[in-house]
Amino acid sequence: MDAAAAKLEERFPGSVLEKKEFRGETSLSLKPESVRDVALYCRDALGFDYFLDLATIDHFDTEPRWEVVYELYSMAEGRHLRLKYSLPENDAEAPTVSDIWPTADWHEREAFDMMGIRFKNHPDLRRILMWDGYPHFPLRKDFPLEGLPSDVPDVAFTGIAPLQGGPFVTAPTDGTTQVREPRAHHTPPLPPKEKFIAEP
Amino acid sequence: MSVTTPVGYDSKVEGNVIFTKLDAAINWMRGNSLWPMPMGLACCAIELMAASSARFDISRFGAEVMRFSPRQSDVMIVAGTVTYKMAYAVKRIWDQMPEPKWCIAMGACASSGGMYRSYAVLQGIDQLLPVDVYISGCPPRPEALLDGLMKLQKKIMGEHAIADQRRKYVEAAA
Repeated sequence: MDAAAAKLEERFPGSVLEKKEFRGETSLSLKPESVRDVALYCRDALGFDYFLDLATIDHFDTEPRWEVVYELYSMAEGRHLRLKYSLPENDAEAPTVSDIWPTADWHEREAFDMMGIRFKNHPDLRRILMWDGYPHFPLRKDFPLEGLPSDVPDVAFTGIAPLQGGPFVTAPTDGTTQVREPRAHHTPPLPPKEKFIAEP
Repeated sequence: MSVTTPVGYDSKVEGNVIFTKLDAAINWMRGNSLWPMPMGLACCAIELMAASSARFDISRFGAEVMRFSPRQSDVMIVAGTVTYKMAYAVKRIWDQMPEPKWCIAMGACASSGGMYRSYAVLQGIDQLLPVDVYISGCPPRPEALLDGLMKLQKKIMGEHAIADQRRKYVEAAA
C-alpha cells in the first residue's frame, strides 16, 4: 500500500470511503465534505505540490450522478495520488481547491463549463471554452452529440449539426472495418474487397 | 457567364494604344492583384503559408500581398475550422472589407464543417458569408489553393460592374 495513502487514512479516519490499488496507482474515494482538509494535508504534509488534472465523470441514470477526480503529483518524490468524490445529481456543488493549488482555478472553470458542476468559493467561476450566456453543458451524457440550438445576440449562435448520412458518420453494423468505413449514404456501399487495400 | 478577352493588343498596328472594354481592363487589374485576408483558423492555414512561400509562390498569380488588415484586402481566404465562438468574429472582419470583395472557403471545415459534426463547429462558413470558391481537401494542397485562386480569377473576369452601373444610370434617366 502506498505510504502517503496510509498516512492519509490514519490522519482522517472515516473520510476515506474506498481505496484502490491498480498497477501501482492509488485511488482514494473521499467524503465530499472532507475534501478540502484532505487536499490541504496532501499539499502541506505529504508533499503533493503539483495539481496535475481535474476530471469529472457523469454517471448518467445512477445516483450519485457526478464524480470529481483530482490527479496529484509530488515533484520531489515523483509519486502520484488520485482523489475522488461523488456529488448528488440535484446538488452539483463541489468545494474549490483553487486557493490550495492555484492551477485548479481554470480546471474548475472548465469542469463548470462542460459539466455544470459549481465550485463553492471559486474566485471567478465563469465559462472558459464556451461563451457567457451559452445555456447548455456539452459534456453531460444527456446532451446530444449534434448539439442544441442557442443564440446569444452579437456573441455567438449554435445549430444542430447533421449527423445521419454524412460522410463522417459510421453506420451501425457488425461488418469489417471496410464495411464500417464512413461514407455518404447516397453512394451505394462498395462490396468488401478480397484483400485489405493497404496490402500489396 | 461570358468571359471577355481581357486585352487585345497588336503592337505593330496599335503602338502604345490599347483598345479594350473598361470592364475587361478593371477585371484584369482586379483579378491579377487580389490581396488576400488570410483567415487562418486551423491546419489549412499551414498550407496557405506554404502556398505563399517559395516553392508554390502564390505571387505568380498576384495574390502574395497578405494583408492582416481587412480594410486593405480583396479576398478572404477562410482557411480552417470555424467554431461558433469564432463565427461572428469572421463575419465582423468580412464586414470591414471594402467592396468589391470575394471569399474562398479553403478545405472541408470552412466549406461544410468537415469532420467536425459537433455542437461547437459552424457547419460551413457559407451560413454567414457569400462564398465564391470552395476548395475540397483536408487540408487542400497548395496546388489546390492556387487552382481555386485561378477559378476565382476566371469568375472575376466574367464580371461587368461598370456595364451594370451604366445600365442603372440609363434606366434611372429614362
